[in-house]
Amino acid sequence: MDNELENLVNGIADGSVRSLAGMITCVENRTTGWLEAMKKIYSKTGHARVIGITGPPGAGKSTLTDRLTRTLLDKGLSVGVIAVDPSSPFSGGALLGDRLRMKDVSALEGVFVRSMATRGALGGLSLAARDVVKIMDAFGKDFILVETVGVGQDEIEVVKTADLVMVVCVPGMGDGIQAIKAGIMEIADIFVVNKADIEGADSVVKDIQAMLSMSTDKGKKTIQVLKTVATSGDGITELVDTLFQELEATKKKAGRQRDRIKEEIIGLLEREVSRLIHKRLDHNDKLDVSVDKILARECDPYSVVQEITDDYIK
Amino acid sequence: MEQGKKVRVLVAKPGLDGHERGARVVAYGLRDLGFEVIYTGLRQSADIIAKAAIQEDVDVIGLSILSGAHMTLTRKVLDKLKEQDARDVLMLIGGVIPDEDVPKWKEMGVSGVFTSGTPIKEIGDFINSNIS
Repeated sequence: MDNELENLVNGIADGSVRSLAGMITCVENRTTGWLEAMKKIYSKTGHARVIGITGPPGAGKSTLTDRLTRTLLDKGLSVGVIAVDPSSPFSGGALLGDRLRMKDVSALEGVFVRSMATRGALGGLSLAARDVVKIMDAFGKDFILVETVGVGQDEIEVVKTADLVMVVCVPGMGDGIQAIKAGIMEIADIFVVNKADIEGADSVVKDIQAMLSMSTDKGKKTIQVLKTVATSGDGITELVDTLFQELEATKKKAGRQRDRIKEEIIGLLEREVSRLIHKRLDHNDKLDVSVDKILARECDPYSVVQEITDDYIK
Repeated sequence: MEQGKKVRVLVAKPGLDGHERGARVVAYGLRDLGFEVIYTGLRQSADIIAKAAIQEDVDVIGLSILSGAHMTLTRKVLDKLKEQDARDVLMLIGGVIPDEDVPKWKEMGVSGVFTSGTPIKEIGDFINSNIS
């Protein structure tokens, strides 16, 4: 590990905000040595409670995050926020606007807000978001709020990162059947119907409750559906109370954490294997020979893959 | 070696000034040039801007000021950055700025001044050639 990263790791241990920010940048950029730095801080993680906040664009995730941060601060807890917005698939640039909704809270003592661009990752988070959670955890944050990009129905990456996931819905997004579809509706530990002062909020609550009641998994816990108006603060106290109750309940379930760690190891392994494959096969003459054979229909891609994997596993 | 380095830019509007269009045009334009732009919105205090710059670990800060209080506000932001031990950033200013103020800014620690009518690409090129 080079000196710069070493200094950042030490700085984090000393509570330096600048080091925290600097290490996040290195990890996000995958600067050489980042893995070593992550290894160094890992032993200091495990203290923070991680809350995922997801839902469609414009549902009020950032405003809700702002309110939650404030309430947690009032309880004497320190808060880290990771707010993810999409990168442009065309320019690679991004406009990160989550701070707009949290400008006052972000400057308060004990709060650290980091905006991240997806940088091409699918699933509602950026590739490094999970690592950034750990860095904030090691820094000593009590709570880490992970706000996803505005998601549709299938982006559930946040569930791998958070102890508890809030799915934020709003009135006016379509009829009841939208709620019964698969994907993000299945990952909620708490449902929040935000903008509850708008007409139709009660029917959204009913639709979600109806969906939940149809669950065939009888052993499953009851999932709360709460109404909030994030802009005014209505319902936030109830939401935070429920949050604490649910966290207490999930604490007793060691299974989820074990599953997450296993899943993380497999995920990291997949990425590493993929990297090694590219390293071996990019600009490989043998592969070109195989391609020629396939083009001539003397061979098929399936057999080539079989051959290569057999060769690796030996 | 930086494998996936992206230049991060904070676009902020300090003080009492409700004219946001210019800042937004710059923010969108820089996004289209491949920068990661953090936009913080209207009426920010120097303290909030400095803290945002540190937390977001930005390489560049762009202040948009059309209120006439550009000297005072810029000075305040620079002071706050120093006070909070921020790392070196490229400080850029845009808005309605009289020509005679430009030399004073350079002394203050501002790297570039871009008044209205500047093509966004010029700002992007300036950033790229001044960021190591």
